[in-house]
Amino acid sequence: MIPWETSMSSNSSKTKDVKIDVHYLTRVEGHGNIVVDTKDGKLTKCEFQVIESPRFFESMLVGRVIWEAQHITSRICGICACGHSLASIKAAEDALGITPADETVMLRKLLLYTEQMDSHILHIYFLVAPDLLGVKSIMPLIKTHRSIIDMALKMKRMSDYAGEVLAGRHIHPISYVIGGLTQLPARENLEKLYKMMLECRKYGDETVKILKKLKFPEFQRPTQYLSLTHDGEYAMYDGDLVVNGKNRTKYNKYREVLTEKVVDYSRAKIATINNKPYAVGALARFNNNSDKLHKKAKAVAESLRLKAPCHNPYLNTVAQMVEWVHCLEESIAIIEKILKEGLNEKKIVVSSWPKKSQIDKIKYRPNTGIGCVEVPRGSLFHEYTIDDTGHITAANCVIPTNQNMGNLEEDMRKLVPELLGRHSREEITQALEMLARAYDPCISCATHLLDVRFV
Amino acid sequence: MKKQPKPKVAFFDFTDCEGCQLQFANMGEVLLEIAELVDIVNFREIMSEQGEDYDIAFAEGSITTDNDVKRIKKIREKAKVVVALGACATLGGVNGMKNRTPLDVAKERVYADKADTVNTIKAMPVHEVVKVDYFIHGCPVYIPEVITVIKCILMSRPYVVPNYPVCAECKMNENVCLYEKEQECMGPVTRAGCNSWCINNGNRCYGCRGLVDNPAADAQKDILLKYGLKMDEILKHFTLYNDSLGDKYEQQLK
Repeated sequence: MIPWETSMSSNSSKTKDVKIDVHYLTRVEGHGNIVVDTKDGKLTKCEFQVIESPRFFESMLVGRVIWEAQHITSRICGICACGHSLASIKAAEDALGITPADETVMLRKLLLYTEQMDSHILHIYFLVAPDLLGVKSIMPLIKTHRSIIDMALKMKRMSDYAGEVLAGRHIHPISYVIGGLTQLPARENLEKLYKMMLECRKYGDETVKILKKLKFPEFQRPTQYLSLTHDGEYAMYDGDLVVNGKNRTKYNKYREVLTEKVVDYSRAKIATINNKPYAVGALARFNNNSDKLHKKAKAVAESLRLKAPCHNPYLNTVAQMVEWVHCLEESIAIIEKILKEGLNEKKIVVSSWPKKSQIDKIKYRPNTGIGCVEVPRGSLFHEYTIDDTGHITAANCVIPTNQNMGNLEEDMRKLVPELLGRHSREEITQALEMLARAYDPCISCATHLLDVRFV
Repeated sequence: MKKQPKPKVAFFDFTDCEGCQLQFANMGEVLLEIAELVDIVNFREIMSEQGEDYDIAFAEGSITTDNDVKRIKKIREKAKVVVALGACATLGGVNGMKNRTPLDVAKERVYADKADTVNTIKAMPVHEVVKVDYFIHGCPVYIPEVITVIKCILMSRPYVVPNYPVCAECKMNENVCLYEKEQECMGPVTRAGCNSWCINNGNRCYGCRGLVDNPAADAQKDILLKYGLKMDEILKHFTLYNDSLGDKYEQQLK
């Protein structure tokens, strides 16, 4: 259970010095290790090592034509495939000087909201809940908590279905491309999705009740929280960057805000703002923008006693549930609008690639485009430079998990001394695993580092 | 009749996006039915339990490091059945694109002065390193095909991957041919089995399931040339997912 609240913490196994090496942290996306070493009660080593094999996406993109970028970069991540697609499309449109129709933007937001819901539910139920219920995975819960699992699967199914209806599929979406969609979602499918979403409202209520009963570890460490912000809405698809609600900056100037560096022990870079670690993700967004949440999401935050600014990283999971409710309500509103007003095919539908009659007529000018969206784990940036033939000459992706890495290590550095001498090695290990998991790290994403030439 | 023990199933991921494993989570209730027929003993992405005794191993992702090579060899020794799951495992997938550039250039582009610290080898499909018993193609895998393959495995029967092009399925789905709409498509040379998923949704075929055994590569090249693509662009189309066949096509097409 929760390490420092079990009776075990008072027995003789409490330790003054620990050496922890969690090889292949489980229930996270990708391969990561936690390494902690102490001497005489003092921390000598504290690392979150990403050991996922590097994949070289930025290198693979060089020489490919810009029209292919979405298809390729979607493959960076199976969980945030839609988020990567949207960041990629925004960057490409910026480079090509294309402005999508308002209706296209609305459909993009809908896809992004449903992906947030999908990922948050996966994290809450499949990855975090087992820790809080004292089991090793969701598998034993299938027997002991079947009705909860059925409910979780229905919530997951709704967002998967949304991906199918909107983009052909959620993992590596098909119809969302530069300039628009290759085809419109079918009305009867949107109606079915709408019904599923209405049904999910009660599963959301149930999930909130469950979360209320769970006890999250107490831990506080104020830090810098980076996210998009928007005057008119809870920023996900668009907006400006802010740090703790301040220093508003256009996202295409992100290099003026954050810096990334390579460290020896990890295949992922560590990002900093003002030379200090920072956090992105649901809790960061909540801290910066909670006043823009849907009123139902605000009520859920209140009932779960989540208040901005919140400095307990374990409560990222709670912020995810608040966002789930927000995204559900926003999605329902968008679908209601579509069902009432219809969609203008002429404005939205485009071909995935220039047609034969256009291919030689397109005039490209050398340019750099930047795209940013809030994906489940935080702010995601894509940046492409193209030449006068429309081919990519440099590419850069800044991934949420890379941005959180330094902050997670800083949390570990504060947490370990707080636990030393009062808890056993196993308890400390579990506390650290749960902490890493709370950030919902997506390590296969994190190994697609930025192009160092820019630094 | 004595009840047969359930086969033990393990999932392993190498270099990839883990989307094909996630397709399992997206199966919903069908996953629970499968979970009743087998014992899942190792699935790091969702489980902390790590069983080292298994009969069926699903390997997802490409082999791109020396450590990957060691791991997959060990898995092959233990498992009775090895299944390559998804394009990265069956073909090298998008990871193969990195092989189109010399490795030191790719390392330098991404890791600059720290390039020497990066351990990476050529991206390979699983069957280039160990014997594979079942292939589930696609990026991502197509769930109906995954279920068919699982049935075959549980009944100890082979699964024959279709060896006709995507066009066959596309016609059955009554899609208007993209070439009729002035757009090019890899469907004529790509292995079917996905129910022409991408074309059904208004996009084109990118060849993620690999090419049929004897693709009409020359005819495809002629058509693509007619559609305004240049030779190096055409080769990129053929090798987006298929680097393991890149050299072969380079010779054939040029």
